[in-house]
Amino acid sequence: MTVYAVTGALLVALGLYGLIAARGLLRRVVAFNVVGSGVFLMFGALGWYEGHTDPVPQALIITGIVVALSASALAVGLVVAHARVSGGQVLEDDAP
Amino acid sequence: MAVFDLALCTLILLAALAAVAGPGLFRAVVFFVVYGVLIALAWVRLGAPDVALAEAAIGAGLTGVLLLGAVGRLSRAGADEPLTSRIDWPVALAAGLVGAMLVWAVLSLAPGPGLAPAVAEILPQTGVENPVTAVLLNLRAWDTLLESVVLLAALIGLWPLARGGAWQAAAGPVHHALPDGVLAGFGRLLPPVALLVGVYLVWAGAYQPGGAFQGGTVLAAAGVLCVMAGLVRAPGMAAPLWRLALVAGPGLFLALGVAGMAFGGFLLFPTALAKGMILAIEMVLTLSIAVTLALMVLGPPEGGGAQ
Repeated sequence: MTVYAVTGALLVALGLYGLIAARGLLRRVVAFNVVGSGVFLMFGALGWYEGHTDPVPQALIITGIVVALSASALAVGLVVAHARVSGGQVLEDDAP
Repeated sequence: MAVFDLALCTLILLAALAAVAGPGLFRAVVFFVVYGVLIALAWVRLGAPDVALAEAAIGAGLTGVLLLGAVGRLSRAGADEPLTSRIDWPVALAAGLVGAMLVWAVLSLAPGPGLAPAVAEILPQTGVENPVTAVLLNLRAWDTLLESVVLLAALIGLWPLARGGAWQAAAGPVHHALPDGVLAGFGRLLPPVALLVGVYLVWAGAYQPGGAFQGGTVLAAAGVLCVMAGLVRAPGMAAPLWRLALVAGPGLFLALGVAGMAFGGFLLFPTALAKGMILAIEMVLTLSIAVTLALMVLGPPEGGGAQ
């Protein structure tokens, strides 16, 4: 099951790239969620032993999934509010 | 089965790539939902059905609805995504370096039973038979209590973003659906099933996969569907009963945690009463989670008029 932990590590890298390189704000929210689930997958797969996953990481991951949704909802609200004010979804610092 | 795992991991990485760097924001969000479902499958393979349920319902389901709604709102606001087709090599190099270090860390760790034997040993004293529920609501109840407060804080953070400052108006935009269309049809068909599944997941969570968060999410999804299908109006924040529904779960959790001080400490549940206390917290917490998540996904009020 190490393959899942390695996949999680690669997902963190992929999401990190999107979080920094993407200029669209909603795309960054998507990338942030990919980083999150990559961390969860790494964490959970490392707790796998003889057919079962350690229940403590499992519980912490469920907590993490819910917190990630809360953060995403707040971020999406801010992105939409920003777009209505500025007419775009790029931060001023990132504008070409 | 190693072939299946390898194929699943490849699909996960491809779906993530399309979501993070693929062309088109709408397409990216659709790929993100696919990605969430594939991750849920991975959790099933890892023998973690509780996490699989949470990921499918929250990670793929509600987050998907949230992001799709945002795509629509952004395009109505005329805020299109800037085109970036070039690869940013310095960032790719830095992210690749982080990934390589993580892979190295993963491969250098020796597998072990972790905390599973310790949880199995103390399980008879926790009042529930599902070890994940035991960790969530008894052994690490602190995390879950604070998590329910985080949910509430995020929702309150959304209210000031209401259009025109009318934060007490009905949550989210005004939804229109064809009365005999697919959405309205599903809006009538699915909620009774979702109600049954949601309550079952909470009840079953004591001894098999499920729990307050998974059940609450299914109930929230049913509520969101009813609102989006135009069958019911979203509640406004001025209604005292809805506010009570929001705080009842964390409130009861806190109250029973304080009651635990009579038995030795904050959030310490005595074995004889643990089952009843946990069940009471789960039932009320499910209601609060469902209402909070539904209002969060519907978004801040956009001038739809109060309930």
